[in-house]
Amino acid sequence: MSQSNIPLSHLRALYAMMCRIRAFEDAAEIASKGGVAAFGQAAGSTAHVRGPLHLSTGQEAVPAGVCAHLRPADYMTSTHRGHGHTLAKGADLAGMMHELFGKATGFCGGRGGSMHIADFSVGMLGANGVVAAGIPIAVGAAQSIKIRASHGNPDAIAVTFFGDGAINRGPFAESLNWAAAFKLPLLFVCEDNQWSATTKTGAMSAGEGAAARARAHGLVAETVDGNDVGAVSETARALIADIRQGKGPALLHARTYRFKGHVSVDPAAYRDPKELEAALEHDPLVLAARKLIQLGINVADVDSIMQAAREEVAAAVASADGAAWPDDAAAFTEIQSMGAGQWL
Amino acid sequence: MAVMTYAAAAASALNDAMRADPAIVALGEDLGRGGIFGQYAGLLAAFGPERVIDTPISEATIVGAAVGMALTGLKPVVEMRVIDFALCAMDEIVNQAAKNRFMFGGQGRVPAVIRMPIGVWTSSAAQHSQSLESWFAHVPGLVVLAPATPQDNHALLKAAIACGDPVAYFEHKELWPLQGEVDADQRTEIGKAAIRRVGSDITIVSWSKAVHWSLEAAEALAAEGIQAEMIDLRTIWPWDRDAVFASAAKTGHVLIAHEAVQAAGFGAEIAATLAEAGNAKLARLGAKRAPVGYAPNLEAAVRVTPAVIAAKARALLGR
Ligand SMILES: Cc1ncc(C[n+]2csc(CCOP(=O)(O)OP(=O)(O)O)c2C)c(N)n1
Repeated sequence: MSQSNIPLSHLRALYAMMCRIRAFEDAAEIASKGGVAAFGQAAGSTAHVRGPLHLSTGQEAVPAGVCAHLRPADYMTSTHRGHGHTLAKGADLAGMMHELFGKATGFCGGRGGSMHIADFSVGMLGANGVVAAGIPIAVGAAQSIKIRASHGNPDAIAVTFFGDGAINRGPFAESLNWAAAFKLPLLFVCEDNQWSATTKTGAMSAGEGAAARARAHGLVAETVDGNDVGAVSETARALIADIRQGKGPALLHARTYRFKGHVSVDPAAYRDPKELEAALEHDPLVLAARKLIQLGINVADVDSIMQAAREEVAAAVASADGAAWPDDAAAFTEIQSMGAGQWL
Repeated sequence: MAVMTYAAAAASALNDAMRADPAIVALGEDLGRGGIFGQYAGLLAAFGPERVIDTPISEATIVGAAVGMALTGLKPVVEMRVIDFALCAMDEIVNQAAKNRFMFGGQGRVPAVIRMPIGVWTSSAAQHSQSLESWFAHVPGLVVLAPATPQDNHALLKAAIACGDPVAYFEHKELWPLQGEVDADQRTEIGKAAIRRVGSDITIVSWSKAVHWSLEAAEALAAEGIQAEMIDLRTIWPWDRDAVFASAAKTGHVLIAHEAVQAAGFGAEIAATLAEAGNAKLARLGAKRAPVGYAPNLEAAVRVTPAVIAAKARALLGR
């Protein structure tokens, strides 16, 4: 399925979400310059976003297309590259930027940063610094929905995003089997950007990949052009509808591409520049904008969507910049209840 | 008051807790048949397969799923069978369960009890005989408990489930058949040690099965005119400094004895804390840093025993 099949208003909304993610990532990238010692770069003290910053630039169509079909009662777990998923699940953009800046007003009060971005109030149960670790947590959330069915949202589901590299960790295999064995309401989304840090994932992965592994466990699995937001949306819609009806877990394999390095300061010198050039031809935002124009929206209108996103992000950056750091005391709160105060 | 085994005490406590709170679920391998030690006996019949969940042999996902359940309103009790297999779920315990509350700024809680029986399991060799409780004491976010009696297994399991923190709960592989009186209404507070024997000459601090060896050692010492005070720590983190320091002040001699390997064992932490305060002569005793062998004599060579504990106590007292 492709963009041409979805209504204009829906495509417009998807495009707006993609613009917000792109604008967020672009601003975070700028704010992170000199923020981490990696890839031969030294860490300075001027960066606002410190530490490893994994950008999802180029992958925006996947969270936008999938999350368009989620509700607040649905749960999500994500990865180190999780800003797009979090925004698309409905988290407040400014709260996210404040967290990246490490401020008290961020979602985690400055304790988590980019790799632990989360907004539990919209069901976003956390990005994760450990590859594949979010997958079993989503399994538990999905099982919990079944166990607590009588308490409210019996047709809620859980969604777990993970990269193509994550399929080679054990928890992925365990979770496929478990989700199928218990027929859980869980959508696995493999966001396949073709790279695992500096390694081409294909060279390290046997067999036909995520979808084949899912089918081997009896799951329904679909592969989709992850840069075609209409196709992602339509495919996710169908899979999610079945999951809500109790048909069991499914996997969506979305093929996309990581425009940036593994982290923001990584120039990705290890990859052929032609590969990136080719990928930029399929920029999901450009494809969606072109389609909107074809469908009759004028160029200025399309531009204004991105303009609005950049303004929203600029305001978030300014407010994050002006926000207060956490109190020092926050280093010793929200750890545990039993034995709180006994730090030695 | 009823006499029951350490295993039955756990099943009874979980039964009480599950009846009182529908959010409590149990998950792990073989739970449907009561667990391989009978510590879940009767629970499937009482609560059904949605709350007493038989799982695949997928330790990482057992604990990972428990984290997801805990974040979404359930209170999972997780069975790892033996501590040795919990090593397959270390990321989920240490990086996920223990850190969730802090890392996400208190948005979530992980009220999960992770049961990981410790100790030498006779004739079961190196991969079924470890006592790794000190690893977990090292991890911020975790509560660490190690009951030695049926009464404490009943009361501490309930306290663990109720406390709201992720708990590393260490039963003992060989205490399952131990009989004892259990008062189902008795509470044991997390962080409170029990003085199992009163004495004035030396304090022996221990936990889990080594409590029983220490009490035997204390009897042998008593026959020689040495009165040992025996403290069952019960909670390894947050451990009861007040009880240990008070006893140390009284006896002036403290021996910490545990089944775990001595090097970097939790006895070292207690000894170091006492040493910094400087008010007692100290010794610690644990197993030699060697894997546990299969043949009876190899296994015996690394075991901590009442005789070894008594000998160490005499040495500390210079007798
Ligand atoms: C268990 C674990 N191993 C290694 C790492 C280091 N690491 C962080 S991201 C990454 C690559 C992950 O690749 P993929 O799953 O495809 O996600 P992507 O980064 O492409 O989004 C690696 C190896 C980690 N965080 N966790």
